[in-house]
Amino acid sequence: MSLKVEDLTVYYQTLRGDVHALESTTFGIADGEIMGLAGESGCGKTTLGQSLIFLHPPMKLIKGRVTLDNKELPIGDMERMNDFRFKKVSIIPQYAMNAMNPTRKIGKMVAELLKSRHVDFKSLLPELKRRLDLVKLSYDVLNMYPIELSGGMKQRMVMVLSTMLNPSLLIADEITSALDVSSQKAVSEMLVQFRDQGYCKSVIVITHDISVLYQIADTILIMYAGQLAEKGPTDVIVHSSQHPYTKMLISTLPEVGVRYVDKQLAGIPGGPPLLLKPPVGCRFKERCPLAFEKCLEKPPFVETDKNHFVACWKAGA
Amino acid sequence: MLTLDGVSKVYKVGTFGGKSLVAVNDVSFDVNDNEVVSLIGESGSGKTTIGKMILHLTSISSGAIRFNGVDVSRLNGRARKEYYRHVQGVFQDPFSSYNPIFKADRIFRTIREEFFPKIDSREWNEKIDNSMRAVGLNPDEVLNKFPHQLSGGQLQRFLIARALLLDVQFLVADEIISMLDASTRVGVLNLLAELKSRGLSILFITHDLSLGYYISEKSVILYRGCVVEMGPTEQVYHHPLHPYTKMLMACVPRLGMKWECGEIEVTNPNVKQPDLPSGCGYYDRCSLAGNKGDCNTSPSLVEVEPGHFVACWRQTKQES
Amino acid sequence: MAQPRKQNEALYFMRRNAKLQIGVAFVFLFIILALVGPLLTKYQPRDYVAPGAQPPSSEFWFGTTSFGEDVFTQFVYGLRSTFLVGIVGGGLGTLIGILIGFTAGYRGGIVDEILNMLTNVVLVVPSLVVLLIVAAYLEVRGLVFESVYIALFSWPWAARAIRAQTFSLRSRDFVDLGRLSGMKPLKIIFTEIAPNMMSYLLLTFILQFGGAILTAATLDFIGLGPTEGMSLGLMMNNATTYSAIMLHMWWWFIPPGLAITAIVGSLYITNVGLDEVFNPKLRET
Repeated sequence: MSLKVEDLTVYYQTLRGDVHALESTTFGIADGEIMGLAGESGCGKTTLGQSLIFLHPPMKLIKGRVTLDNKELPIGDMERMNDFRFKKVSIIPQYAMNAMNPTRKIGKMVAELLKSRHVDFKSLLPELKRRLDLVKLSYDVLNMYPIELSGGMKQRMVMVLSTMLNPSLLIADEITSALDVSSQKAVSEMLVQFRDQGYCKSVIVITHDISVLYQIADTILIMYAGQLAEKGPTDVIVHSSQHPYTKMLISTLPEVGVRYVDKQLAGIPGGPPLLLKPPVGCRFKERCPLAFEKCLEKPPFVETDKNHFVACWKAGA
Repeated sequence: MLTLDGVSKVYKVGTFGGKSLVAVNDVSFDVNDNEVVSLIGESGSGKTTIGKMILHLTSISSGAIRFNGVDVSRLNGRARKEYYRHVQGVFQDPFSSYNPIFKADRIFRTIREEFFPKIDSREWNEKIDNSMRAVGLNPDEVLNKFPHQLSGGQLQRFLIARALLLDVQFLVADEIISMLDASTRVGVLNLLAELKSRGLSILFITHDLSLGYYISEKSVILYRGCVVEMGPTEQVYHHPLHPYTKMLMACVPRLGMKWECGEIEVTNPNVKQPDLPSGCGYYDRCSLAGNKGDCNTSPSLVEVEPGHFVACWRQTKQES
Repeated sequence: MAQPRKQNEALYFMRRNAKLQIGVAFVFLFIILALVGPLLTKYQPRDYVAPGAQPPSSEFWFGTTSFGEDVFTQFVYGLRSTFLVGIVGGGLGTLIGILIGFTAGYRGGIVDEILNMLTNVVLVVPSLVVLLIVAAYLEVRGLVFESVYIALFSWPWAARAIRAQTFSLRSRDFVDLGRLSGMKPLKIIFTEIAPNMMSYLLLTFILQFGGAILTAATLDFIGLGPTEGMSLGLMMNNATTYSAIMLHMWWWFIPPGLAITAIVGSLYITNVGLDEVFNPKLRET
């Protein structure tokens, strides 16, 4: 297993108490696997992605262990994580395009970044150029200011930057949300190519857009209100999921080919629970049509089929 | 009901306003009674600007907008307020639409003060009740709360209820779904479709093709301020004629269908979008582009099938 | 952020912010002194009370000047006029700044350009030189004149800040919604935009207040202050004119100087503290 997450629990400290953003999450990612992490806002996916690389206040690590390539990742310790960041674990943050310093030429920024990791810019230059070719950016980009590039180009530049040192784990946080449809396709496909070329080993793609995941992810992990709901191969999740939430979520997605007059889609009534004082047991039971008494006890995340994990007492119902 | 006739919006940019930026270029389309029209375009296409022009939040540089036959392109004072009785808008970010320091139902009070100053309380409360139920909100649950205590979906419904308090006939919905969660999106979408049966017409502005397909009868595809294709939704989606529309349809990620492995030309300009060239705006990305001679003049909309218009020389040439 | 929650959160942080507490405490101290002080002394600032140049004693807490005036009396009366100038000058400056800032920020376009030009012109005009010329024509200058004059030259700072804030608030959707509801621009400014900027307006006022005091002290020090009355700056003016430093009469010039420094400094610290309270991103915890 390339990445193993055991019982990861992270809370947010706020004035009114701890928000239980992530509760006892356990899962694994194989080498070379692109895993999509999907869920609605507030489900904890960004928290999960961030805590694997940058667990900073107000986030608080309550318990849990993360192992990458058989070595433990000291996610709770900001200082020690510095050795791992960028080399072993890397992230393309949300709004990465705005993350580039507007007063710095891009080439200079790359050089500074590499220098901070004790890597010589010049020695990496040919490799950098090769990667720029892969993402169809001309070398002139290095001499330009961020403002001269379009959104899609900036996103691709950040992708190249984040994978410069060939990390084992790449976390892509909502990288396509702010892009146009055509750039979305290009960026998503490039992510797959990066994995194919070995620039990164495993990828976690965090997004709320499951249709994009269908295109590029090998497996999908669905989260709800801080808990894991289901994980499995992409086709299984989309076509034959076993968790009631996943089933309902997939059915609420309007597709080209479905019209209101022909078939009305139904949403999921209600809203996700507040995580300040989270409900006991399964957090989906308020909105779940299959809920019964046992749901007061938190269902474990068990493997029902090969590589298919579900957290539901009625899995497969 | 609403007709846009050659509407354009030109911004003066650059130091001392030397250069001009054409955000909307000679756009014409109409929305009939009881119809939902999707205005589809990516960022920079000018769709939000069109919405704002219809709502008189931005001025029109040239062209005319007609509402029920009356020219409403330039309205002031009283006339504008009357216009707002019939035409309203809902915006993308539900949380930004409310003044954060006041309670959410203050928006109702504003409507009352401005449009119904002499109405008595009982009648007003009844109106509010009816509006809320029409949008599927339970008055006891959502009145008297602050915006941050309500969810995005509830806030958007609130805004629609506000529009219903007036005699609204036309609603401009500018990306109202995009900031909502997947499970709440459908609810608000269904609500819009229901409202149509109450006599409303809706201009549904979006960049999300599947939403447009779900809810609208007619679709208008915008690219860099120009209409490139428009017509009945089913036709535009299943038989796209303009190369841009075809590219959009191919790029949409769909469940159950993988992307084709074709190369999509990723524009790699060294400068940001240049000013609109004199010819077809899509020329530099177009896969069908022939020698520049043909596409050097702006193509105009030609009716290729009944109700289905395309602005592309290659298409119309093929037809003839 | 809702109002009651925001208020509670603001109060919560206010009670814990050291800078705010210290700053407010100091200013409060001086205000009390200004209000109560003149009641503690039976003299007037220019009365002859004792043979001159006496160091502080139990009878004359701050000693006497070269002319035998009670320094303490001068001090507390001076505090009064200082605060008056601060409030009137600072308040008027903030008011003008608000008017111009809101209008420029909300309207934009040509109105904004014109007001911007006006703001820049006023900023550039050397206020001191103009004052010299004006003073040459006026025989008598009062406290009110000084306050108004300071306000007329300090409003640009407030106007700029307010204009910037208004610009950013104006593009928020709720302002558009207000326009869609048929509200007149003035109503929108005062009912939608201004309440969102309350904290900002408060901060601006505090800055203007402190600035006015400082400017007044400077003007008084060079002799361009009010022709009548007493102020801290005037005390320092007299002290230096009559060689208090060389004569080691520290009780004459240190109290006023210290007071001005303390008041203005505390106001600025209060400002920083308040900024931290209102702006969550600046908080350290």
